[in-house]
Amino acid sequence: MNKKLTNFFPRALLHFTIIVFSVIWIIPSLGLFVSSFRGRDDVLSSGWWTVFGNFFNFSQYTLENYTEVITASGMGRAFLNSLIITVPSTILTIAIAAFAAYAFACMEFPGKQMLFIVVVGLLVVPIQMTLIPILRIYNKMGLAGTFHGIWLAHAGYGLPLAIYLLRNFFSSIPRDIFESASLDGASHNTAFFRLALPLSVPVLSSLIIFQFLWVWNDLLVALIYLGGTERVAPLTLRLSSLISSMGQNWHLLTAAAFVSMLLPLIVFFSLQRYFVRGILAGSVKG
Amino acid sequence: MNGNKKFIKKFNIWPWIYIAPAILILGFFLVYPIVNTVYLSFLDEGSESFVGLSNYIFAFNSKPMLIAFRNNFLWLVVFTAFTVSLGLIFAVLFDRVRYEPIVKSIIFLPMAISFVGAGVIWKFVYSYRPVNTPQIGVLNAFLSNFPDFEPVGWLINKVTNNLALINVGVWIWVGFCMVILSAAYKGIPKELTEAARIDGANELQVFWRITIPLMKPTIAVVATTMVINVLKVFDIVYVMTNGQFDTEVIANRMYKEMFQFHNFGRASAIAVILLLLIIPAIIINVHRFRGQESL
Repeated sequence: MNKKLTNFFPRALLHFTIIVFSVIWIIPSLGLFVSSFRGRDDVLSSGWWTVFGNFFNFSQYTLENYTEVITASGMGRAFLNSLIITVPSTILTIAIAAFAAYAFACMEFPGKQMLFIVVVGLLVVPIQMTLIPILRIYNKMGLAGTFHGIWLAHAGYGLPLAIYLLRNFFSSIPRDIFESASLDGASHNTAFFRLALPLSVPVLSSLIIFQFLWVWNDLLVALIYLGGTERVAPLTLRLSSLISSMGQNWHLLTAAAFVSMLLPLIVFFSLQRYFVRGILAGSVKG
Repeated sequence: MNGNKKFIKKFNIWPWIYIAPAILILGFFLVYPIVNTVYLSFLDEGSESFVGLSNYIFAFNSKPMLIAFRNNFLWLVVFTAFTVSLGLIFAVLFDRVRYEPIVKSIIFLPMAISFVGAGVIWKFVYSYRPVNTPQIGVLNAFLSNFPDFEPVGWLINKVTNNLALINVGVWIWVGFCMVILSAAYKGIPKELTEAARIDGANELQVFWRITIPLMKPTIAVVATTMVINVLKVFDIVYVMTNGQFDTEVIANRMYKEMFQFHNFGRASAIAVILLLLIIPAIIINVHRFRGQESL
């Protein structure tokens, strides 16, 4: 294969193309990262790439942007809020989905097929269709602007995909594993906790990462149900209001943006394999 | 014993206990609101009296909505074409080098960060200063190297701004397309491509006559996903331009009708239009699922 390939498409050109694309892809993020460590005047008077002319002159870098956005601009509080929102939402979604998925895959009940088709249909329904009615109920029940409200909302929006993926996985477990353990009828609980769940740890991890990042990075759901309540605003919401209020203060905006990306980046670099697997399995959802 | 077993099967309560929480939540957060939103779309702004189709007539006639439709269409064509074709090109090219995992990570990285974060990243890339002042946005600075180049306000200029926004979307989503298409590409039996090469086919012929036809189902899945994304696009536009300078999109318009103008009838009608546009994708999904199940 290599010989033919070399004849037609010189390896050098191949490497060159790939490297050009990689550089194009990485430059925007690099600009953000570098600028977040530069002082206000530096950022406004010269391009961030000029630091590479004198890269090891450490006096041109500062951590002040970070201290300012974390304290004065409220990104520290927002980070905490994001955690408070994301962790329970993720656990709630996956736990509820696991039970439902097991029922769809391994149990018999009337209307099973029909109900599951509804779940498949709900996979791509735009969230916009649900905002007004739920916000009204939330306002009446005092759930708007609360963590409880947004946990439940995220569970609702995350469930179809989680149920779909887990159900497909549970269905792929060979039936004889369950049968050889001679489990039937009421001992489904044992089968679920002792067999299905332990076997699906890899799928569960993918799903947890997926849901975690989805909730962490969400803007719309937070915008609607938490609205202007700053006390409970997550990173995305805080950052989006900083964008409109800070205008050209790029030294602060870049630092704030990087704070909001920190955890996703750590998750991405340490657990990329699971993330990719989740995406591959979930490619039906938009 | 046998009779007992049958009894359990007939009146088994356990499946219902297992799915009850999911059904309650899905019913409350998805099924009921969908029905309710359709109903609200026929009511006035405060949802008090019936106004017939007037919210829909407004949606299809008001200037901002027409601009939003135009822009969503532009997104549909440009975004889908670029994400899918670049994803495919990357999948095929990267497969041929040993440092594939590294370049894949680089392309895939934007998938991990939020659209809001990506908005900050790209606003900075697009940032614009008048001529003869140092450009701090990397795009204008780079293009200033060319003679006679005048700096462009990428997000303000009505010729470039929609494409500038779409470009952010492409930057984020190509990684997604690449990952899925790459998995499909690696699944093509090597004997097929090898046989074609032995018969004298060149790389382009192999790509067009063998790779593409074999990957068609996956390309269709990826393209459908991208189309759904396009119709729902919101965050990028909301944080980068908020629909100013003719960059409005349907989802952002719905948000404005809801929160800025408090017109729940119109906002609901726009949401329903969004759903109607997505319904073909829902049907495709259900069909695909049924196809898989019958195998």
